Amino acid sequence: MSRSVMITGLGVAAPNGLGTQDYWTATREGRSGLGRVTRFDPSPYPATLAGEVPGFDARSHLPGRLIPQTDHMTRLALVAADWALADAGIKPGDLGEYDMGVITASSSGGFEFGQRELQNLWSKGGEYVSAYQSFAWFYAVNSGQISIQHGLRGPSGVLVADQAGGLDAVAQARRQIRKGTPLILTGGMDASICPWGWVALLAGRGLSTSADPAAAYLPFDARAHGYVPGEGGTILVLEDADAAHRRGADCYGEVAGYAATFDPRPGSGRPPGLERAIRLALADAGLDAPSVDVVFADAAAVPELDRIEAAAISAVFGPRGVPVTAPKTMTGRLNSGGGPLDLAAALLSIRDGVLPPTVGVDPAEDYRLDLVTGEPRPARVRAALVLARGHGGFNSAMVVRAPR
Amino acid sequence: MSSTTFTVDDLRRLLREGAGADEGIDLDGDILDQDFAALGYDSLALLETGARILREYQVRLDDSVIASARTPRELVDAVNATAPTTSV
Repeated sequence: MSRSVMITGLGVAAPNGLGTQDYWTATREGRSGLGRVTRFDPSPYPATLAGEVPGFDARSHLPGRLIPQTDHMTRLALVAADWALADAGIKPGDLGEYDMGVITASSSGGFEFGQRELQNLWSKGGEYVSAYQSFAWFYAVNSGQISIQHGLRGPSGVLVADQAGGLDAVAQARRQIRKGTPLILTGGMDASICPWGWVALLAGRGLSTSADPAAAYLPFDARAHGYVPGEGGTILVLEDADAAHRRGADCYGEVAGYAATFDPRPGSGRPPGLERAIRLALADAGLDAPSVDVVFADAAAVPELDRIEAAAISAVFGPRGVPVTAPKTMTGRLNSGGGPLDLAAALLSIRDGVLPPTVGVDPAEDYRLDLVTGEPRPARVRAALVLARGHGGFNSAMVVRAPR
Repeated sequence: MSSTTFTVDDLRRLLREGAGADEGIDLDGDILDQDFAALGYDSLALLETGARILREYQVRLDDSVIASARTPRELVDAVNATAPTTSV
């Protein structure tokens, strides 16, 4: 029998709230963090809306030495990691340095930092490029900086699978804990709201070009026409259940099941992989469909992708067979941070017995989903399913279960 | 010949701008003979500082010179012992 793996700490940075408490309060109340981009002037671009993390002053949270060598996303990740460890009640020296690792997801790397230094390169010359460009824009930089900051030398790495990667990283953390490492910091944090990141997102063709924050990101709605991107994510502390219980840790829940699938090539005639990912994740958790109390949807807001997701959920749970919600309508899609933020929302739903709403959406009848809209819905939540899909065919599904 | 002398105050400024400073370190104190490691600066911080010395003072230090400077005094001396380049 595989070891159980628990979530014992959360560190959240989201566009509708910095810190777990602010995020969860806003999310329960249906308060959105979407608005016009302020990190650069978006007026020359077709898409102008994003979810930006409010009130983040890196200098008040981080040692001064880390400021010149870090991208915005890394500063958010470092602060969220601090909060997650404090939330779990882990202090430096509690565990051996090889008993703790860090496995995060990334989907773009430090784009704002990288753009600035590449501009220095072509406009002024190589002597003007920061020495820290050598790592500050890498996919793995958040894992690396968290590892250095807290002295975590256990199994570590980075996973890259666009929006699906955030769940894949948590699954990899669970794998390493089952192989014997007591604690892994995991999750994902992305923040590439800069011109370079923007054109990359635009090239993916899914962005909403609406200028109205209340009508721009409408998954499962007949008006769906693309998504709004956001920055932020969540860092989680995962621990071996026995080790967590021995030290008397409070647990948010268990990483009970996971699966990842890949879509077939376009035109193959074979079905998309999402339904299979859901069934495999439930099987991994040892749960049947009626045991799942809520689904946190990927919610692409691209009609074809919404159709695929609604069909997969209906096929497994039956038409309107399970409450479905997409609190990311309040944050935008956070790339690698999206799945981990939904895990946080799922765990807080378990804790508080309430499902956060999907905002602004008038659900299209033909999707046959029981979408939680308007108000938060009281519910006893014992198990939650989180879905995340990445550009190019990545499907990931994760089940979290209430602590026993 | 260099017309101005590179001082430890110049170095303090470049370190702060290029590599930052931790709140627990008194960079304004007597740092001349302290190890860079004790001040919180690793080899990459010194490479960044070397790039800034070249940009602002037109003094090109070899990477090996930068890497072998253990203290601010050694780095300041190395800058003052090196003729400025004519082009950056």
